[in-house]
Amino acid sequence: MDIFLQQIINGLVQGSIYALVALGYTMVYGIMGLINFAHGEVVMIGTLVTITVAGTLLKAGMPVALAGMAGLMAAVLVCMALGWALERVAYRPLRHAPRLTPLITAIGMSIVLQNLAMMLWGRNYMTFPSLLPKVDFELAGANFTAIQIIIVLVSAATMGGLLLLVYRTKLGMAMRATAQNPAVASLMGVNINRVIAAAFVIGSALGALAGVMVGTYYEIAHYQMGFMLGLKAFTAAVLGGIGNLAGAMLGGVLLGLIEALGAGYIGDLTGGFLGSHYQDIFAFVVLIVVLMFKPSGLFGEKTGDRA
Amino acid sequence: MKNGQFFRPTVSIGLLATVLVALPFVAALGGQAWVRILDFAILYAFLALGLNIVVGLAGLLDLGYIAFYAVGAYTWALLASPHFGLHWPIWAILPLGAGLACFAGVLLGSPTLKLRGDYLAIVTLGFGEIVRIFMNNLNAPINITNGPQGITLIDPVSFGAFKFSGTTQIFGLSLSGPQKYYFLLVALAILVIIVNLRLQNSRIGRAWQAIREDEIAAKAVGINTRNLKLLAFAMGASFGGIAGGIFSAMQGFVSPESFSLIESIMILAMVVLGGMGHIPGVILGAVLLTVLPEVLRYGVGPLQMALFGKMLVDPESLRMLVFGLALVLVMRFKPAGLWPSPERKRELQEAAP
Repeated sequence: MDIFLQQIINGLVQGSIYALVALGYTMVYGIMGLINFAHGEVVMIGTLVTITVAGTLLKAGMPVALAGMAGLMAAVLVCMALGWALERVAYRPLRHAPRLTPLITAIGMSIVLQNLAMMLWGRNYMTFPSLLPKVDFELAGANFTAIQIIIVLVSAATMGGLLLLVYRTKLGMAMRATAQNPAVASLMGVNINRVIAAAFVIGSALGALAGVMVGTYYEIAHYQMGFMLGLKAFTAAVLGGIGNLAGAMLGGVLLGLIEALGAGYIGDLTGGFLGSHYQDIFAFVVLIVVLMFKPSGLFGEKTGDRA
Repeated sequence: MKNGQFFRPTVSIGLLATVLVALPFVAALGGQAWVRILDFAILYAFLALGLNIVVGLAGLLDLGYIAFYAVGAYTWALLASPHFGLHWPIWAILPLGAGLACFAGVLLGSPTLKLRGDYLAIVTLGFGEIVRIFMNNLNAPINITNGPQGITLIDPVSFGAFKFSGTTQIFGLSLSGPQKYYFLLVALAILVIIVNLRLQNSRIGRAWQAIREDEIAAKAVGINTRNLKLLAFAMGASFGGIAGGIFSAMQGFVSPESFSLIESIMILAMVVLGGMGHIPGVILGAVLLTVLPEVLRYGVGPLQMALFGKMLVDPESLRMLVFGLALVLVMRFKPAGLWPSPERKRELQEAAP
């Protein structure tokens, strides 16, 4: 039982991070129908910026809380600027191009960002400064840390805030209108360019937050960390039904739980034939199985026939 | 042939053949490394043309194409290496590899064909990752793929006593291993080009194009969309399997690292960058994307030395940076690819606002 609980906790933490990253994918996809392959790299840049800023400030003798906040703010600002620039440079000029063209520019930008990060931060693993106190709790035989609780709570609060933004503000209304039909939305006076840029900027800010969380949680960062994380988060977004905000959140948490439980139990289930290094397979197997029965994800609307 | 009015087809074909024959000898002047790069350019052209059947003709976005290449490569590696002590002849392995890859294609295709667009893309991507993870981990409890270390000492391609590795004398010419593979690969590439060309204008090819443009309408006029989509997957996969087998033999070594997602993406980039669905465009894309990183590899370091007198940035990352930028820029200014088919170009011009 304690293994079960332990894995639920681990899954919840990993899942909240997936969910935050997945939101970035799903917002962009919902509004412009584009897979922003470079989003994982934005998350990676967020983590590395925090390491540099918070690390430098800590060395200069600043208190931990202040340095941490400064690092987070720097990461969020840099990533927002990056998201905005990505949209301007790589996607906006191609809005009327064939469907696969922006996919290739996205991949190109992903390669560019990865190598830029390698030039700036080097190819070695970097340790993330510890910004949160290490306090352990125990509950029914399972251990968890303050960091884990904070990650889950902050993600939940952020997602709540995002839902409020999308469903209760004017900008949110404009976003939903653009997602439904950009041409009509622009006739109603919505500035499409601004809405799309906003989706990129907000998604990138969430990505930066997720990046800082990944750093605090695993205490390690690397210029290639964004790729697999982005892939998993994208899988989560598709699992929930891409373009659907609640779907991305639930898909992320679900994916985290499935992975954690799968890694914990696969050895027992297969009599030791498959070990926990098959962890990465679960995400994709579950995805394929779900899409076989629900072709547009768990919570996705049925896509139109001309999609 | 609009621009080629001055040349009669026979003349241009003769010219092309001369260039193709001379190329490996010209490249050899710069060292055997360049012949190998040439080999890879053609191998990738072969792969890209296989993917072109799936993506370009039938319009099914496949991000896991490398999985079929991996199946072919591992089939060859396992059946013709000391790993299991098996040394089967090419006649047996290559068709078997193609067959297994084809089977994998149908296996992936059948449950996923009702998915549309990007949902299909992510499922194929997942499939590719699953195949790679299995190859990475199937070394325990029974050692099948030898895990991340990969399989070494794989037999080269050989027809009877004629081996493709090492140097041989033919007609007074001394041919190195890579040069021999070059001619084998050119022959295979011509084969896949012929298949592509014949398919494009066949009943099947036109049905694929109909599915690509509008699946509902295609169904309405009586096209069996399910079977035809499966056929596209299976054919693309078989070509991937053949290419994988040759890759395995040419390298003498395979490991799961060669079959990561980025490889699938690169092949897709070749197809899209060159001009989706247009055979010369796809070949151009494949050759460019294979040769460009190599040219940059040899060019970036010395260029920095010449300009600044010292190495400012790591040439390896600068090379990939330039490569990524090139992808973005080409797509930015040539959204339909470098060499799109005339029809597609026309469609785009009409669709432009």
